[in-house]
Amino acid sequence: MKRKIRILLAKPGLDGHDRGIKVIAAALRDAGIEVIYTGLRQTPEQIVEAAIQEDVDGIGMSILSGAHMTLFPAVINLLKEKGAESIVVFGGGIIPDEDIEKLEQAGVDRLFTPGASTKEIVDYIYQKFGEK
Amino acid sequence: MLDDKTKNQVKKLHSQWQQQANQSKTLNKKFITVSGEEIKPLYTPLDLEGIDFERDINFPGFYPYTRGVHATMYRGKLWTMRQFSGMGNAQQTNERYHFLLKRGQTGLSVAFDLPTLMGYDSDHPRSRGEVGKCGVAVDSLADMEVLFKGIQLDKISTSMTINAPASILFAMYIAVAEKQGVPSEKLTGTIQNDILKEYIAQKEWIYPPEPSMRLITDTMAFCADHVPKWNTISISGYHIREAGATAAQELAFTLADGFAYVEAGIKAGLDVDVFAPRLSFFFNSHLDFFEEIAKYRAARRIWARHMREKYKAKKEASWLLRFHTQTAGCSLTAQQPENNIIRTAFEALAGVLGGTQSLHTNSMDETLALPSDHAVKIALRTQQIIAYEIGVANTIDPLAGSYFVEAMTNKLEEQAEKYFEEIERRGGVLKCIEQGYFQREIAKSAYRYQKEIESKDRIVVGINDFIEPDEEIKIPIVYIDPQVEKDQCASLKKLRETRDNDKVKRSLENLRKVAEGTDNTVPAILDCVRCYTTEGEIVDVLRGVFGEYQEPPFF
Repeated sequence: MKRKIRILLAKPGLDGHDRGIKVIAAALRDAGIEVIYTGLRQTPEQIVEAAIQEDVDGIGMSILSGAHMTLFPAVINLLKEKGAESIVVFGGGIIPDEDIEKLEQAGVDRLFTPGASTKEIVDYIYQKFGEK
Repeated sequence: MLDDKTKNQVKKLHSQWQQQANQSKTLNKKFITVSGEEIKPLYTPLDLEGIDFERDINFPGFYPYTRGVHATMYRGKLWTMRQFSGMGNAQQTNERYHFLLKRGQTGLSVAFDLPTLMGYDSDHPRSRGEVGKCGVAVDSLADMEVLFKGIQLDKISTSMTINAPASILFAMYIAVAEKQGVPSEKLTGTIQNDILKEYIAQKEWIYPPEPSMRLITDTMAFCADHVPKWNTISISGYHIREAGATAAQELAFTLADGFAYVEAGIKAGLDVDVFAPRLSFFFNSHLDFFEEIAKYRAARRIWARHMREKYKAKKEASWLLRFHTQTAGCSLTAQQPENNIIRTAFEALAGVLGGTQSLHTNSMDETLALPSDHAVKIALRTQQIIAYEIGVANTIDPLAGSYFVEAMTNKLEEQAEKYFEEIERRGGVLKCIEQGYFQREIAKSAYRYQKEIESKDRIVVGINDFIEPDEEIKIPIVYIDPQVEKDQCASLKKLRETRDNDKVKRSLENLRKVAEGTDNTVPAILDCVRCYTTEGEIVDVLRGVFGEYQEPPFF
C-alpha cells in the first residue's frame, strides 16, 4: 500500500494566531495528506522531537509574531543535530522579503507569505514529496 | 409596522417588480456577505413585518438602544480615536504615543509584546526572539513609568490589551498614577481582561478557566471600590472574528462571553448593577459594510434585553452596550498594501455608522510588520476625515428604517439567539470551550472563507483578481532591532540587583497565601508591583497555585 505524505504542522513561539495553520491543516487533509498538528506554543525541541517520532516528511511552521529569525533556524539546527536533516522545513507567516532570503539560505525550503493559496501549498507538497 | 392597505400595495408592486427582474439580466455570481450569507436582490417594507418600533428600534438613548447608547451620540461627543500601539521598548513606544497625541489622537491603547501577554519576563527562555516584536515589552513598574512619561493619567483614558496577566499590568498602571499624584478614583480607561475569548480565539492564556475567572471577578470587585470609572473587561469579539468567525458568530460568541462574566460576577456575590455598568465591548469591523452596521445595532439590542429581562439589572447603565471597534486586520493584504487604506476607511465608516464609542484604524503596512509613523498617521487621519469632513457624524444612526439594515439587524439577532440556545444546550461557555465547540465552528468558517477566495466566489483585489504579478512592495517596513531584547534583559538584571529584594520576597509570599485562599488578589498584586517585582515573578507564583492551561489541538 502506498504511504500517504506525512506533514507535521506547528506553531512555534508564543504566538497564538492559528487561523492560517488550521486552514492549511484542513486543506492538506482534504488533499489526501496526513497531517499532524501539534497545537500552540511548541518549542523548537518539542517540534523536532514530534517530527522524528511521527516520522514525517516535512515540517510546516507558521509564525506571525516576528520571531521567525530565531525560531526557524533553531528548528533547522536541531534537525541537523539529531541527524534528521532529511525532514524538509517550510513555513509561512508575516515575513519580510529580505528575511525570506536569509531563511532560505539557512535551510528553510520554502516560505509562503500572506495571500498564498492552499492550492499552492498542496502543489508544493506533492511536488516536493511526490506520490508516496 | 405596515397597515393592511400599504401591505397589499407593496405586495402587488413587489410581484410586478419580480416579474420584470426575472426577465432582466442578472450576473451569474453568488451575492453573499463576508460571512457567506445570501443577500436578497431587494429589501422592501415587507421585510420590516413584525418589527415593533418602540420594542425593537426606538430612539437613541432609549431601551433597547438599537440606535445608540446616548441621546445625542456624536453631536454630544465624537468617538475616542485610539490607535493600538506598542513596539520595542517602553521608550520607543512612549515616543509613538507622543507622536500620535500631537497629531490629534484622543486616547491611548497599549499593545504589549507576546512575552508580556503570556506572563514571561524578557529574559525567560520562552521569550527568545519575541521581545518587543508584536508590541512593547513591559517587565516591571520601571518600564511602565517610562511608557507613560510625560502623559498625565488623569487627563487621558488608556486602553490596555492585556488578558491573562491583566490585573498585574493594571496594578502597574495604578502605581504609575500614584507616582504622578493621581488617585485611582480619577483613572479612566479599559483593560481587556477577557480570558474567555483567549480560550476561544486569541489563545494567550496562562491559567485554567476557573482561577482565571476568579482573577477577573477580583478585578471587578476591586474597581467597584477603588477605580470606579475604569472599564474592567472589554469583552472582545475582535479576535474571534480575526480567527475566522462570521459576523453572527462574532456577535453571538462575544455576547455569550459577556453573559458568562455577568453570571460569574453574580455567583461571586456581586450586585449586577455594581459591576455591569463597567463592562464594555470590543468588536471587529470587517469589509461587509451593512452586515457590520447591523451587527452593532443587534449587539446593543440583545445586550439590553438580556441584561434587563434575564439578569434583572435595574440600572440603565447596566443595559448599555458600549464598544470599541478595530478595523479588520485579517481583511488587509500584503499585496498592493496602499489598498488597505481604502479598506480600512470603509470599515471605520461602518464602525461609526454602527455607533462605536472608540475606534482604531489599522495601518496599511500591518500585514507586513508593525505600523510605521507614516502609515499610522494616515490611519489616524482616516478617522479625522470621517469625523470632520464627510458629514456622517451630523445625524444619529442615519441608516435606521432602511428595509435592508433593519432586516439584517433582526436576522443577526435571531442567529445569535440560536447560538445562545446551542451554547446553553452544551452546558454553557466553559463547557463549550473545553469541548472545542467555538474553536471548531470558527475554524470551519475560516476554511469556508478561504475556499470562497480560491474558487473566486469572493474577489479580493490583489489576491485573486486585479493582480500585479511583478509587484514590488514600496512602502517602508518597521524592523525591531534585536538589541531591544538584549537591553531589556540587561535592565532586568540591574533591576533585580538594585531593588529591595526582601520586600519583593515578602510581597510574593503574601500573594501566594492570598491566591491559595479566597481574599481579593488585586491588593496583594499591587503590593508586589510597587516594590518592582517583575511580571514574570508574580505570574510564577500564581501559576504555582492555579496551574497552567493546555488546549487540545483542534482543527
